[in-house]
Parts: sequence; structure tokens; C-alpha cells
Amino acid sequence: MTRTVLLLLLLLLSAPFSLAKDAQPAGDDPALEKRLNNLSKELRCLVCQNETLADSQADLAEDLRREIREQMRAGKSDKEIIDFLTQRYGQFILYRPQVTPTTYLLWFGPFVLLLLGLLILFSYIKQRRDTIPDKPLTDAERQRAQELLSDADKEIA
Amino acid sequence: MSRYLYFIPITLFLIIVGFLLVGLGRDPHEVPSPLINKAAPTFRLPQLKEPGKTFSAEDMRGKVWILNVWASWCVSCRDEHPLLIDYARSGAIPIYGLNWKDKREDALAWLGELGDPYVLSVSDLDGRIAIDYGVYGAPETYLIDQTGTIRFKQIGAVTPEVWSNKILPLAQELNRQGTK
Repeated sequence: MTRTVLLLLLLLLSAPFSLAKDAQPAGDDPALEKRLNNLSKELRCLVCQNETLADSQADLAEDLRREIREQMRAGKSDKEIIDFLTQRYGQFILYRPQVTPTTYLLWFGPFVLLLLGLLILFSYIKQRRDTIPDKPLTDAERQRAQELLSDADKEIA
Repeated sequence: MSRYLYFIPITLFLIIVGFLLVGLGRDPHEVPSPLINKAAPTFRLPQLKEPGKTFSAEDMRGKVWILNVWASWCVSCRDEHPLLIDYARSGAIPIYGLNWKDKREDALAWLGELGDPYVLSVSDLDGRIAIDYGVYGAPETYLIDQTGTIRFKQIGAVTPEVWSNKILPLAQELNRQGTK
């Protein structure tokens, strides 16, 4: 029993240490850190591919953040930094790939499909409208319908 | 005409299924490198075994060579290692190592334990050169030609198939062209 309590106590005590490990070496310049953070939200961490570079704890992500920080200090624009990274890692590092001939399908494909679907839908509706003949009821039919409806009314009442 | 319209949805569906099927078989970690057929980034780094000396990609001008990114902490590198030893022994292509984000003593111990397939390795302790090469996971292997152009990149461990079907034929072809 005392052993379990001791173990639990140890675990509790170790919590701050494990949390402390996550702290990032913050730069001295808050404006630059903010810019870094904004930019790295647009970038994919290549190790854990569904995480942004801003969120990732991977070693490579830290290296890349350091690289970006240094380039920002050197006065590079965001676009220059993105160009630097895409030259090395390809478009894949961007969460929003640039619109180039290779990504046309990616960007416009869904809209083309939507348009195609609408076209098919409209042509189908139009065709149906054309094939169903507009035939008004004859007087006899109208009277019969009237009778049926009034019968139904009586039954309900 | 109108009856053919019914085939449009099923055709589209089959096309999408085709794309998805191809996508299933692909490894999402194999991101195509934009560096293929581009100049290999230059570097000058201290050698792992003799830190006093440096090695540069420029030193390899005129030769077809392999740059293999490895680290002692990398599990797949351990799998790949016996193959590299074999290929190095065959003498077909000189293999140079880029020791990536490693500790020097760990790297030396690793080579001591498993053998050293590299002509030499250089230390990229903080991973700066690896960023230039677009490295995001070890091992990665680059085949670089006489003009210093990257001709092939393998992400992940080199397999016997990749070696004998891609790297080796390409290197032989490059060497043939070079001697002409």
C-alpha cells in the first residue's frame, strides 16, 4: 500500500518535468516569433504529415523553425522563405499548394465535377419535362375525381 | 443518346475508385523530391573520423557517387546497413555518408559495431545541410553524377530491388556517358 502511494506521489511529482520538456526555446523577439508562428501554420511537418510545422514537436520541425527564424532575422520575406523550403521539400510542405499547372486538377477538379453534376441534373430534368405529355383531364375524369374526393371526406366525417 | 447518360456517373465513380486504389498502394512518406535533376547543394563539413579534415560535395566533381544520410538513432539505417556493406564491397559506386543529427561518439560506435560501408562520413550535427538536401527521414540516399547533379533519390532504406533495378543501372549508364 505505502509502495503504491509512493509510486503515485513520484508520478505526480514527475508531471511538471514532463510538461517542462515541451516548452520551446522562445526567441527574444516576440514580433519575429509571431511571424514565425503564422508562417509555420501554413507549412506541413514532413515527419508527422498531418501536423503543421507550428504544432509539431519533431526534431526536423524544430530544425526547420530554427532555419526559418534565422532567415527572418536575416531580413528574408515570407515568400522568399517559402520558396527556399519548396525548392528543397516540394509543394508538399505547403498546406495550400500554389496554383500551378500540376495543381490545377487539385484546385479546380471539385468545381468541374460540381458543374458537370449540375449540367447532368438540368439536362435530365429538362428531358423529363419534355417526355411527360401535358394532358389535361377530360370532364368525365374530373367528375369522377370529385366524387372520390367527396366520398373520402364523408368517410373521415 | 439519353441512355448513355446513365453511364456517366458509373464511369466517374470508377475513375475515382481507380485513383483511390492507386493512392492506397502508395507510401505517403515518399514525397517526390524537387531536387531530382537539380544541382546537389554544396557543403563543406568536418569528417566524422577525422574532424580536423573536411569534405565537400565539390571534391566529387567528375565522379558518380552516392550520398547516404544516416544516423545511429535511425532504426531503418540498421536494416539498410548490411546491404550498404555489400554494395560498398562490390566497389560499383563510392558511398559517402552524411551523419545526420547524431552524436559523434554514438556514430563512431555504430560504425565500429556494424562495420563502415562509407569511404568517409561527414558530420551534420545540427542538420543544416540535411535541410538543404530536403531530408526529412533517415535513411535517404542520393545518386549524384559527374556534374554534381542529383539523379536519383531513395527515401527510406535502399532495397535490393531499388539497388539492382534503379541505382546500379543508372550509375553504370552515367559512367558510360562520362567516359565517352
